[in-house]
Amino acid sequence: MESNQNVEVIVPEKQSFSKEWASDQKAFKGVPWGKAMMWIFLVSDTFVFSIFLISYMTVRFSTKADWPNASEVFGLHVGDYNVPLLLIAIMTFILITSSGTMALAVKYGYEKNRKMCGYLMLATAVFGASFVGMQAFEWTKLISEGVRPWDNPFGAPQFGAIFFMITGFHGTHVTIGVIFLFIMTRKVFRGDFDTGRRGFFTSQKSNYEAIEIMGLYWHFVDLVWVFIFAFFYLW
Amino acid sequence: MAADSYDDVAKNKDSIPSLEVPPQDLYHAKSWWTKYIFCQDAKVIGIQYALTAVAIGMVGLVSSWLMRMQIAFPGVIPMEAGAYYQLVTMHGMIMVVYLLTALFLGGFGNFLIPLMVGARDMVFPYVNMVSFWVFFLAVIILAASYFVPGGPTGAGWTLYPPQAITSGTPGGDGLGIVLMLVSLAVFVIGFTMGGLNYVITILQARTRGMTLMRLPLTVWGIFTATVLALFAFPALFVAGIMMTLDNMLGTSFFMPAIVEFGERLTYDGGSPILFQHLFWFFGHPEVYIVALPAFGIVSDLISVHARKNIFGYRMMVWAIVVIGALSFIVWAHHMYVAGMNPWFGFFFATTTLIIAVPTAIKVYNWVLTLWRGNIKLTIPMLFAIAFIITFVNGGLTGLFLGNVAVDVPLSDTYFVVAHFHMVMGIAPVLVILGSIYHWFPLITGRFLNERLGRIHFWVTFIGSYSIYFPMHYLGFMGVTRRYFEVFEGDNFTYSIIGINQFITVAALITGAVQFLFFYNIIVSSKFGKKAGKNPWKACSLEWQTPDVPPTHGNFGKELPVVYRWAYDYSVPGADKDYITQDTPPSAVANAKAEQT
Repeated sequence: MESNQNVEVIVPEKQSFSKEWASDQKAFKGVPWGKAMMWIFLVSDTFVFSIFLISYMTVRFSTKADWPNASEVFGLHVGDYNVPLLLIAIMTFILITSSGTMALAVKYGYEKNRKMCGYLMLATAVFGASFVGMQAFEWTKLISEGVRPWDNPFGAPQFGAIFFMITGFHGTHVTIGVIFLFIMTRKVFRGDFDTGRRGFFTSQKSNYEAIEIMGLYWHFVDLVWVFIFAFFYLW
Repeated sequence: MAADSYDDVAKNKDSIPSLEVPPQDLYHAKSWWTKYIFCQDAKVIGIQYALTAVAIGMVGLVSSWLMRMQIAFPGVIPMEAGAYYQLVTMHGMIMVVYLLTALFLGGFGNFLIPLMVGARDMVFPYVNMVSFWVFFLAVIILAASYFVPGGPTGAGWTLYPPQAITSGTPGGDGLGIVLMLVSLAVFVIGFTMGGLNYVITILQARTRGMTLMRLPLTVWGIFTATVLALFAFPALFVAGIMMTLDNMLGTSFFMPAIVEFGERLTYDGGSPILFQHLFWFFGHPEVYIVALPAFGIVSDLISVHARKNIFGYRMMVWAIVVIGALSFIVWAHHMYVAGMNPWFGFFFATTTLIIAVPTAIKVYNWVLTLWRGNIKLTIPMLFAIAFIITFVNGGLTGLFLGNVAVDVPLSDTYFVVAHFHMVMGIAPVLVILGSIYHWFPLITGRFLNERLGRIHFWVTFIGSYSIYFPMHYLGFMGVTRRYFEVFEGDNFTYSIIGINQFITVAALITGAVQFLFFYNIIVSSKFGKKAGKNPWKACSLEWQTPDVPPTHGNFGKELPVVYRWAYDYSVPGADKDYITQDTPPSAVANAKAEQT
């Protein structure tokens, strides 16, 4: 059926936005399907997180009890000092670092530098996993202090509810990302992207574009964290 | 580049743009399982979607029968108030989300998009297949709620808290509401997988020469509706998660301090209005998710069966896009009586009434397409004309309800029920029925039976008017929706009971005739009149496949090249009264086709 396997495929030169959208075949010239799909998924996911954050703000206004003071609740005791937001600062630093390693992995991927790409992917995955680990530590600390989704000793019960829901949902995104980062790391080291090995389920050819698509997701998760950080820990 | 080929059409020159989309590898079925069950062919997935949606839709249809029996003839089918509310809720949710949305986007979208844009399949067939099975799981979860203690939720299809999760509501303190919310969340996940596929297939996988402005309006309608769904369903998803937590974990997102049966519940400080905002931020675009594919499909039906190009194609496209954009800033017109700030009502009434402008453009263009056309009163055409009439009817009552001052007294009456059933119930269903008659020859290679089809059309059309027209009157008299019983007494209720009995009889007949339609489908798919290739003499690509019904991969060896829009009917100078989209200009040298 697919007789035209060896047809020449041309990526046209960059043109103005309106010309590209008025043309045939592709609205985003030279953009592979998977990448366009990830972008639109991320816009949809942006709506999810925006609605979570807007709900958080609404509930924060609607509740009658006082909102807990973030710098006290999220503080850590180091020796005799109570350092506000210490753990969160470290977590944020790690997640942003992982975005850097991810970006470098994409660069080496397109340069077909299999080893460097693989190591950087692995580093990103490890950073992500340690972020999830620290989040688990933070949850454990808060739970041991008596914070529950329906109640907490520091003030408004919605604080616990919103905190566990939003960080939990973000943490799920990070966890899924970490799982896929490990899978992709294995694929990079095995050389799937160099040989164009076909996917197990999809039977589509593998390509280094997959690393960039993975990167888009990872940067998005990172960006969302910045907003959660700002609205939750700094407000 | 295609931009140059615009002029080539005028000069009768055949220029073929260079190929930008690499050939797609397809997974061809190797066994019965991968051919019919876990199939990666979008056409099969579309049919799977349609059959599943119609199957659960039957539950919704029977629910409406039982409701009508209770309202008109109480006691004939013994029923308590709670059971009635469960029927109302399940009827609403099934019809809007699991039938109409799934059928238009999952069913028609999957079947038609790759064929109409000239692609071999959706861009990610595997994800597409998973999308259907996740949808199937959502339907199973929904159906499971009938079998749990307490039964399905009876909160009304809007699921407003606090009553949705308090114990006085059927299913409110049991699993009913939880299964509903989980089912919706699963539906959103499944739909997102499919929806991304539809959007990217349309944007990035069109065939050579197929510009966005040469797409059939069906594709434009489905495309815009899918984009709406991708941005509106997150609100439902988040609201579902939050209400599940309120119910299961005792959080207070939506629940204020509340006393139930003299006992103070543990909830405190939540905002029930927040749920209404989130629900309608999903709920209003949802109306257009159902309506826009219907707009698109009906444009194609009218054009094909009136043998005339669609009037004002560009305006039609822009109207679809503008309606889609506006639908995100009108949601609070469902909440005029919810206790919002009155200035909110002013803003939302304004935006709501602005939607009448693009919608009216579309109606005028449909009528102008019919004007002096060579109208063939085939069954799809009958349904298309019925749609225009019904849609105008339902749209006009929307102008009443969009105004705050008029809406407040009419709120929660049968006038509202009549309005939304006309505009987003009957109107899209008429399009669905018409388009099944239209595309059935493509799906099976056979026509549906004409005589049964005409009976089906006239009973459905007259029947649905008999049901919903009197409801406007009931609403003006102040009959409240969702009351499970109308008490007998004075002359006022006497006339109401008479109207209700008339409506119920009409509803039973109209529902029953749909089973005649199913009979027609089953028998005709085996014994119907053979249709052959392109029986309606249509221009768009889905009819130009080498095999009818189209096989996996759609277009045989070579993908078609497109030279014109999908509406070159009755072109002066041409030999035939239609020029298909893949006809090169040199083949119709005498035709005075405009540049498209």
